[in-house]
Amino acid sequence: MKKNPSREELLKGIWRDNPVFVQVLGMCPMLAVTNSAINAVAMGMATFFVLVGSSFLVSTFRHLIPKQVRISCFIIIIATFVTIADYTLLALVPGVHKELGAFIPLIVANCLILGRQEAFASRYPTKLAVMDAIGMASGFVLALLSLGSVREILGDGALFGIKLFGENFEPWVIMILPPGGFLTLGVILLFFNWFKSKKDEFLEEVAAAQRSES
Amino acid sequence: MKKRDPDLLLFHAPLLRQGMTTPSAMRDVLYALAPATGASLWFFGISAALVLGSCIAGAVLAEWLFANKETRGESLRDASGVLTGLLLGLTLPPGLPLWMAFLGGFVGIALGKVIWGGLGHNLFNPALLGRAFLLATFPIAMTTWVPSTGGEFFAIYPGNLALPFMQAQLDGMSAATPLGLLKFEQVVTPLSDLAFGKTSGSLGETSGLLLLLGGIYLWLRRDLDWRIPVSILLTVIVFSACLGLFDAERFPTPLFSVFSGGLLLGAIYMATDPVTSPVTPRGAWIFGIGVGVLVILIRVFGGLPEGVMYAILLMNAATPLIDRYTQPRVFGRGVESQ
Repeated sequence: MKKNPSREELLKGIWRDNPVFVQVLGMCPMLAVTNSAINAVAMGMATFFVLVGSSFLVSTFRHLIPKQVRISCFIIIIATFVTIADYTLLALVPGVHKELGAFIPLIVANCLILGRQEAFASRYPTKLAVMDAIGMASGFVLALLSLGSVREILGDGALFGIKLFGENFEPWVIMILPPGGFLTLGVILLFFNWFKSKKDEFLEEVAAAQRSES
Repeated sequence: MKKRDPDLLLFHAPLLRQGMTTPSAMRDVLYALAPATGASLWFFGISAALVLGSCIAGAVLAEWLFANKETRGESLRDASGVLTGLLLGLTLPPGLPLWMAFLGGFVGIALGKVIWGGLGHNLFNPALLGRAFLLATFPIAMTTWVPSTGGEFFAIYPGNLALPFMQAQLDGMSAATPLGLLKFEQVVTPLSDLAFGKTSGSLGETSGLLLLLGGIYLWLRRDLDWRIPVSILLTVIVFSACLGLFDAERFPTPLFSVFSGGLLLGAIYMATDPVTSPVTPRGAWIFGIGVGVLVILIRVFGGLPEGVMYAILLMNAATPLIDRYTQPRVFGRGVESQ
């Protein structure tokens, strides 16, 4: 099977190296703004834009950025894109912008974004860096969306504001509150780790079977 | 995991047969809770049995579901899951929808016990964790207290039968607990009602004397560390007596404090959980005093009418620290040589 490097970089962020469920990065927006699916999507799209844009710039100028001050250069590039995202959201969806509040400027401090610049974009050619950024950002959006959906369904009986269970639904108040974020994230992480251990076990068994055959 | 060999059993050193094992200790607590459980059936009719049964079912299901395949039956045999379910059920309001009670039992065992590594590894009391989850999740249903059925055994509260994920219909028949009455309406409930259980409240907390009876049985069987309930109750009595000196009108009397709410249930059955309370005698005193002080602080100065649950959970969190600082000196060590 021929491996396509850019496709590899794209796919690893979504599942195998998912930034939230596997690397456990970007926890602050993950826990803070996922109390409804729409907030989660807005946050995810903003982060997507910032990550892809800054990965593109950082990777393009990777030979020009001096090693000693690279972090500050990354931050300036990231902050530029965050400002653009901030004003765009304010202009297009002021309601969501108000709900997200301080967490949009805080995208600058999202360790997922800076981590990708430092670990990947500043070392690889532009095409791979953008692919990696798209993959990682998609993984982040998916994680935010899954957490936000679970919390909104249980906490409000709705998804994207549409009531699913009728009037008599008993809301799980805790799911809208911060503890609900921790609980849901913990349960999802638990599932991911369990899945991974099952997969490792399975691969080991396959390897053992092959060894005994040969 | 390998299959266990039934012919060869390996044990380590203390081979002396001990009278007290985990299952027997758990069974003793179940026996001790029997009078209070019976009283809850007497006061609240078949609803009590349904709520308790749902809690136990949830707890046992979680225990069974998350056990290793090889040892699945064994973790059920020590009855600790049943005990957790029963204890949780006794702290719930009688009119709670059954699906919530079931969920509470499930979460209590899953997040309170299994996730930490099973019996003996948990930091917090599973039953109280389940209750804290329910209180944070369904605050209205968890604080809707219904009056006793008044002897009609088969009268079911309509709230019990709410469909899963649906609200209970509020039937307007509600009654405040003695602590709620005192806090929000300044009405004092007579002590005789508190002692015999003629009040509204959660299933197991209404009858103070029967809870004390079970506690004495446990103490006689050496299943609980007497220092913990004694220090909790003493602290509560002394602290509320001190408050009474300032303003006897405003603060509850010591005996009211002891017999109202879930204090006896918490002090005798939950704070003494050997897993989540300190093992050293000095630690037990510190733990008990901490719980007592927190209970009165939350009840009198906090926003909630009842604080036993949070008091015990907070001190559970402090238990490893207390244990570390109250280790007795190892013989021959730790003394300056002359």
